[in-house]
Amino acid sequence: MTLRQQVLVLYLASSALDSHVVGWSRYDGTGASQPTTGDSDEPPYPDGVAALRDGWRLFQAAQLLPPHPGDEYGTSFLKHEFFFEKLT
Amino acid sequence: MRTSAPQLLTSVQLAGFVAHGYLRMDAVVPAEMNQEALELLPNGIPEVPYGTPVTDAYPEGSFPRRLVELLSVAGALRGLVGPDPTVDHHAVHVREPHEGRAQGLHGDAIIDVRPDAFDVQLMYYPQRVTPDMGGTLVIPGSHLRRTNESDTARYQNLRGQTRLVCPAGTVLLLHHGIWHGGRRNDSDIRRYMFKIRFNPTVPQVRLWDTTDMADTDVVDELSRYFPWYENATARLEIFNRVRLWRALTGDHSFDVEHWVTRVTNRPAHRSHA
Repeated sequence: MTLRQQVLVLYLASSALDSHVVGWSRYDGTGASQPTTGDSDEPPYPDGVAALRDGWRLFQAAQLLPPHPGDEYGTSFLKHEFFFEKLT
Repeated sequence: MRTSAPQLLTSVQLAGFVAHGYLRMDAVVPAEMNQEALELLPNGIPEVPYGTPVTDAYPEGSFPRRLVELLSVAGALRGLVGPDPTVDHHAVHVREPHEGRAQGLHGDAIIDVRPDAFDVQLMYYPQRVTPDMGGTLVIPGSHLRRTNESDTARYQNLRGQTRLVCPAGTVLLLHHGIWHGGRRNDSDIRRYMFKIRFNPTVPQVRLWDTTDMADTDVVDELSRYFPWYENATARLEIFNRVRLWRALTGDHSFDVEHWVTRVTNRPAHRSHA
C-alpha cells in the first residue's frame, strides 16, 4: 500500500515548540480534504507539543537567524515555522 | 452638488488605521447605488492610465466619481491620502460560485517599504457578503511586514484574521501593504468587489481632524497587539507604527512605552558646542 503524506505547518509565538499557535496551514496528500486560505478561525492545536501528542511527526523547524545588519527592526515573514507530517 | 463637507477622520481613527492597516465603513453606500453597481460591474469599468487625477479618471456623475464623493468616503480618503490623489488603477474582482479554491495570501503590487508615504486601496462591496460567499480575508496589522506579493501564500490561517462578512454598500480602505486574499466562494452567488488604488500627491502629514490628537485612545490604538503576532515581533510592530505615526504627525517625540526613544538615544553623538 502506498503511504501518503499529510502536512501540518504551525507558526508559533516563540521558537519554543510548546509556545502557542499563531498561524497554521494544512496540505493533504491523501486527497481526503482540500484545505485552503482562510478556511478556519481556530487552530487545530493550541501549541506545537499538542500536535506531537496527537501523532504528528516534526520534520523541520525554522532556524534561528540573527537579523541582517541595518534591518534589526524590520518585520517580515513569520519566524517560528514548524513542519509536521503524518503518513497514512 | 455637495450640500455638506466630507466627514474627516479623527486622530483616534487614524491611529486605528496605522495599527490595523485598514478602516472599515459598513453600509455607507446607499442601496440604489449598490443596485446600480451590480448592473455596471459585470461589464467592467474602463481602464484609465496610471496616475490619472480622480476628476479626469471619473467624469462628474459617473458611478466611481459618486462613490468616492460620498461624504464618509471622501472624508476618509482626504485624511489618508489628502486632496487630489491620483488613480493608480482600478479593477472589478469577481469570486465565482463554487470555484473550489481561495487566492493565496498576498500584498498587492510589489514590496513597498516607504516609511513616510503609503497608497490606499478602496474595496467596495455592493452585495451583502455572507460567510460562504468568500469575503476577502484580511490580516489586521500585517501592512508593515516587508514581504513581496504572494510570498506569503504558504500561510492559510492566522489567529485574529478577518474573514469579511458585511452588509451591502460596505467600503474598506486599506494600506497598500496589507496581507489579504479572496476566499473560496462556496455559495451559488457571484461575489463582486470594486477596487481603486489611490496615490497621494501631497505629504501625508496631519491631513485629518487633529483636534483629538492628545486623546489617550490614540496611544491605546497604536499599542494594540494582534493575536497572530509572535511575542518578540509584536514589539517591533509597535516600534514601526510609532515611526509611521511620527511621520504622519510630524511629532518626532511621540513614543509608545519608550520603544523608539530608548534605542535611538545616542548621547555621544550630541554636540557639546
